[in-house]
Amino acid sequence: MSTSPVIETDHLSKHFRDNVAVADLSLQVERGEIFGFLGPNGAGKTTSMKMLLGLITPTAGNGNVLGAPLGDREAKRRVGFLPEHFRFHEWLTAEEFLRLHADLYRMEGERTTRRIHELLELVELKAHAHRKLRTFSKGMLQRIGLAQALLSDPEVVFLDEPTSGLDPMGRRLVRDITRDLRTKGTTVFLNSHFLSEVEVTCDRVAFIKEGIIVRIGSLDSLMNGELQVVIRVRNLKPESHQGLTRWCRNLQIEGEQLTFQLDSEDQLPSITRYLIEQGGDVYTVQPKIIALEDLFLEIIGENDSLEPRDEAISLKS
Amino acid sequence: MRSIFTITKLTIREASRRKILWAALILGLLFLIIYGLGFHYARLDLVKSMQQRSGMNIVLLHEMVNFLLLAGLYSVNFMVIAMSALISVDTLSGEINSGTIQTLVTKPIQRWQIVIGKWMGFGLMLTFYLLLMAGGTMGVVYATSGYLAPHSTQGVALLWMNGMLFLSLSLWGGSFLSTLANGVVAFGLFGVAFVGGWMEQIGSFLGNQVAVNIGIISSLIFPCEAVWRRLVFNMQSPLVTRLGVSFFSSSSVPSQWMIVYAAAYAVVLLIIAMWRFNRRDL
Repeated sequence: MSTSPVIETDHLSKHFRDNVAVADLSLQVERGEIFGFLGPNGAGKTTSMKMLLGLITPTAGNGNVLGAPLGDREAKRRVGFLPEHFRFHEWLTAEEFLRLHADLYRMEGERTTRRIHELLELVELKAHAHRKLRTFSKGMLQRIGLAQALLSDPEVVFLDEPTSGLDPMGRRLVRDITRDLRTKGTTVFLNSHFLSEVEVTCDRVAFIKEGIIVRIGSLDSLMNGELQVVIRVRNLKPESHQGLTRWCRNLQIEGEQLTFQLDSEDQLPSITRYLIEQGGDVYTVQPKIIALEDLFLEIIGENDSLEPRDEAISLKS
Repeated sequence: MRSIFTITKLTIREASRRKILWAALILGLLFLIIYGLGFHYARLDLVKSMQQRSGMNIVLLHEMVNFLLLAGLYSVNFMVIAMSALISVDTLSGEINSGTIQTLVTKPIQRWQIVIGKWMGFGLMLTFYLLLMAGGTMGVVYATSGYLAPHSTQGVALLWMNGMLFLSLSLWGGSFLSTLANGVVAFGLFGVAFVGGWMEQIGSFLGNQVAVNIGIISSLIFPCEAVWRRLVFNMQSPLVTRLGVSFFSSSSVPSQWMIVYAAAYAVVLLIIAMWRFNRRDL
């Protein structure tokens, strides 16, 4: 298998009359990576994805997917795509719908039938295989759309806001499937405005705002390894606080609650040991990856339409 | 080729699932029944009044029957045109609007194959519809009176051509216009061709060259009415042709070249539809 990037773009841009949707998109996505494309609504995420898929012709720049020019017909056999507004031919049944797209992938034979059933099972729609899509709920449509994107066992899957409008169960299913894809070595390009979604599934993230990538990198590197920790401790002598500055930055004390930042999680056992040695009764030690959210807000701006933090809690449950 | 057939099949299945096929079939049969009854009684009256007055005149009766047949085909022509535009007006713009097109074009299929696949699907259904309607009309006339108009096959071919012309037109419009705008364009062009055709006839009757020229220009803008008048010229009785006057046609007959022009017009529209759809952002 080649080691060249699965997706590579070089100064891609798209202008709609006076409106610049994507200003300058240069990025590389490596094989097997789960790549998150994160930004508020209207930032240019969908336009970028559509350019990569050949749905929209770039105004300038170029790129390739799986080593072929954007929109190349043969490369499309190895690409899966779930569009944002999952409207499909609703007069088809779920199985007919998958069969249609298998036909378009030019898949044939018994293997195709098996694959269709396998996917119906994966997205938990086996019982509804013979129901018309018209009767499906939004979540069911999203799931059958996802099955459609995985039909050809693609090498790269593009998911545009795959969890928007889904209930927590649906979001969890999408997250699990994305993780399965990672295990199989499939590359995933994920558009999202859910910070939490990207946080739990992605290896690398690009923040996009007003058509420009403002930051790109692995989650760890973006957070500079920073960790916020909250510790609840009783019976700690005030003079012991001073000793914590060895490890901690921005130490804040509110009654029995200590809040501070660390460079690394590895320092936590030493801190806990120190507190106990100082005679403190430690009730909780709670590391929080708050830095990413702060970073997100800093990059994207607080007023944009972001999903609140509790999104992550339901995802992680 | 397989990709094209997949789209063709999808198009036909959609028409059948959305009950378009059944509606067209049932109403088509209703049309034939009403036309058949009307034709039957009109012919009986004609025969009766002839026998009362001057005795049977087979030549004159055939003239009358021919007129009734052309009246039937005139309705069929309009219905095929309307059906052609109506069933296909939404097919590209609708799929673009709803986003269903996005999962299609990101599959290993060329965009032009989607356009031609749809054209073939609608074309097949329209051919079937036309054979039912035109064949039914001629069949009713033949079964009741034993009359068969000259050049009937050519006539059906010309009706088919008008259907395909409108199909290409609405796919062309759908490749860059909204559904409504596309419908407006199709019926607007029909109106232009229709009024131009009549101006040409009246102008020719009155000997007014300006009116004739306007008619010819309107046929060049959109040739559907010219195709119809050529059909009338081919299918009307030789006597009327010689006299040069009838309700449906006049001495100003569109030439064979106008028919070639109409065929080329349909093909070019379809090619432009594929080209535009290929280039547009979805």
